[in-house]
Amino acid sequence: MLIFSFFKTLTDQVITVELKNDLSITGTLKSVDQFLNIRLDGISVEDPERHPHMLAVKNCFIRGSVVRYVRMASRSVDTTLLEDATRREAKEAKK
Amino acid sequence: MDALIPFTTSGSLVDLVDKKVLVVLRDGRKLIGVFRSYDQFANFLLESCIERIHHRFDYADKDIGVLLVRGENVVALGEIDLIAEDMVPLREVSWAELEQKINDETKRRERDHAIKDKVLASKGFVNEGREGDAY
Repeated sequence: MLIFSFFKTLTDQVITVELKNDLSITGTLKSVDQFLNIRLDGISVEDPERHPHMLAVKNCFIRGSVVRYVRMASRSVDTTLLEDATRREAKEAKK
Repeated sequence: MDALIPFTTSGSLVDLVDKKVLVVLRDGRKLIGVFRSYDQFANFLLESCIERIHHRFDYADKDIGVLLVRGENVVALGEIDLIAEDMVPLREVSWAELEQKINDETKRRERDHAIKDKVLASKGFVNEGREGDAY
């Protein structure tokens, strides 16, 4: 649940999603759900020549199960807060 | 994960209903159709569906009709911007011609890979796997 909450804090920021088929899509994160399915707006593709089908696509839904990485600016991550939250969740789980 | 959890945020897919969309499948196929329905597994129902193949800046279409796509095969769903679609520098060619071209290139690539794998194996490297193998 923690990562889901974390992704929710990234809403409206520009992220790059790398899929398992090596396609990288950059766009503004519009929404994310419990499966980590992602909605991106205003997308651009890293290598349009290799993926010509994405040229006319402006916003997209990505199924969580096909995501390899999500890249984001380091300033959009509060690592201390994330660490604390992780410890808290681990403690809760032990109870 | 509990399959009975309501489909919350991606319920926002509702704004794509009745729009022209592109669905990319795990085997690399691209489907274009009118998005009619969906559920929490990302099962999609597409109407007036076509399959599109690409090679460089050429493409070809094949009519399919109504299609229910099982969610596990879905990679991404994109809304097609109808204005951008007209500006795209792609050229339509015949399906048979393009399919032949793609098959030729696939064969060539596989042959190259086989040679590369053999050379790498002789130096003690293992096979790296191909694009899409990670699914």
